[in-house]
Amino acid sequence: MDFFAFVKPKNELESAPDAKQNVPFIPEEMWVKCPRCNTLLLTTDMEENLNVCTHCGHHFRMNVKQRIALFADADTFVERDGGMTSINILDFPGYDQKLEKARRSGTESVICGECLIGGVRTVLCVMDAGFMMGSMGTVTGEKITRAFEFATEKRLPVVVCSVSGGARMQEGILSLMQMAKTSGAVKRHSDAGLLYITVLTDPTTGGVTASFAMEGDIILAEPNTLVAFAGPRVIEQTMRQKLPRDFQTSEFVMQKGFIDAVVSRDKLKDIVARLLKIHGYKEAAQ
Amino acid sequence: MTAYEKVMAARDAKKLTAVDYIAHMFGDSFIELHGDRRFADDKAIVAGLAMLYDTPLTVIGIEKGRNTKERMERNFGQAQPEGYRKALRLMKQAEKFRRPVLCLVDTSGAYPGIGAEERGQGQAIAENLMEMMTLKTPVLTILIGEGGSGGALALAVSDEVWMMENAVYSVISPEGCASILWKDSSKAPEAAEALKMTAQDLFNLGVVERIIRQPKAEDAAMFESLKMLISRTLEKNLSLTPEELTNQRYQRFRKIGTAHLQT
Ligand SMILES: [Zn+2]
Repeated sequence: MDFFAFVKPKNELESAPDAKQNVPFIPEEMWVKCPRCNTLLLTTDMEENLNVCTHCGHHFRMNVKQRIALFADADTFVERDGGMTSINILDFPGYDQKLEKARRSGTESVICGECLIGGVRTVLCVMDAGFMMGSMGTVTGEKITRAFEFATEKRLPVVVCSVSGGARMQEGILSLMQMAKTSGAVKRHSDAGLLYITVLTDPTTGGVTASFAMEGDIILAEPNTLVAFAGPRVIEQTMRQKLPRDFQTSEFVMQKGFIDAVVSRDKLKDIVARLLKIHGYKEAAQ
Repeated sequence: MTAYEKVMAARDAKKLTAVDYIAHMFGDSFIELHGDRRFADDKAIVAGLAMLYDTPLTVIGIEKGRNTKERMERNFGQAQPEGYRKALRLMKQAEKFRRPVLCLVDTSGAYPGIGAEERGQGQAIAENLMEMMTLKTPVLTILIGEGGSGGALALAVSDEVWMMENAVYSVISPEGCASILWKDSSKAPEAAEALKMTAQDLFNLGVVERIIRQPKAEDAAMFESLKMLISRTLEKNLSLTPEELTNQRYQRFRKIGTAHLQT
């Protein structure tokens, strides 16, 4: 679900008669409506503004490419384990078709690699909401685990950008086991005295929240990001409890003591780069 | 039994709960310890010290309660963050005294409530997973009923995980899976089958090391042989160095499911 999911098939400007007369032909996908302030935004303006609404500051989701470009210095990202693909280990009905569909937009729910951030050599893992809603499958967990193992071996810091609907149900217990495996790899990296920064983006829920997303030395989040173990729908349905306003937003979770800082997207890279340097990581020689 | 019949058996209100296992195996030697030293004492987790023959043991169980009153008190075995933090506190204590840990798991899942979210349910579980992986003392987990997702895993990052023959262990309930994937919770039996959540399925997947015959309350011989089995396993792991032990635990989880991976 990248931001094109919000594009309406017919935009309001187009349907207005005088707009049609005065404005040269504009393809529909050029406009997107902000779900928070209802302003119609030109996609090129918005992309230039890091997918943030130029009117109210609403943070639209970013796709993996945009997210990597946000953090990595230009042309420095080198992917690792990019060829690893999910298979239907449990022979779960309908999973093959779901994977096939998901592969039209991406390769897996996380992309891992190495890059420079503000000149500092860093392992970067970016989850992809476009691939089965960033759900945690065996390959997701394996790629993240290998990324941490590589970082531990090379004594590199790790930055993980999380977005996830939770478990990959079609992989049953193997999905659950990824929480233990990734947590073990994070712990070994941590015990080696190395820095791990997590950046929580909308939505970060379920098994990802209950494992590596909440295990950073420093936990950052974008504004108005859903951060939850049990999502709001689960709580409302199973507990029949009415939820407080702004419940489980990153601002709320920070106020409860579980996030270090809520950082707007335009400041994220700078903060991450500064944190890396504060922890003694040096700029790589050119 | 079909997979779903096993789910029903695992949820059966008449089956033995964690406190029954503790009473049958450790009797009067059990000393209960309360609280997470942070916020509260979560009664969904029952924990304390016991003697296994001559060996002191830390025992941590998720307790559903045996009647309506108990079930209310125990929050139906759905632990809150303070429950997982109590468990971790006692595991770290066990590590300090190099005392083995036995976890008994029986839960439909971690409590999905407002307070639990506010107090960091995800963070509490995540911390247990991390800390258990490098706990420098032997840990053994037995799933005695329901093993519900992260709420069960938070007590199951262990050297070995065993299951009662009618226990189940899954990333999601079959009802939840059916309603999310197929918009029809009545397809839970199909989901139970597809999720591969029975002891036999999980043994085949390498997720559990041992399947234990389901005990009955009066089955003293059965509890005695379970005790011997636990004792033997913990003794074996006590003989390892902390490095050997934690490496073995890491590799245990490291290899699950990876035989199927390409590259
Ligand atoms: Zn807006």
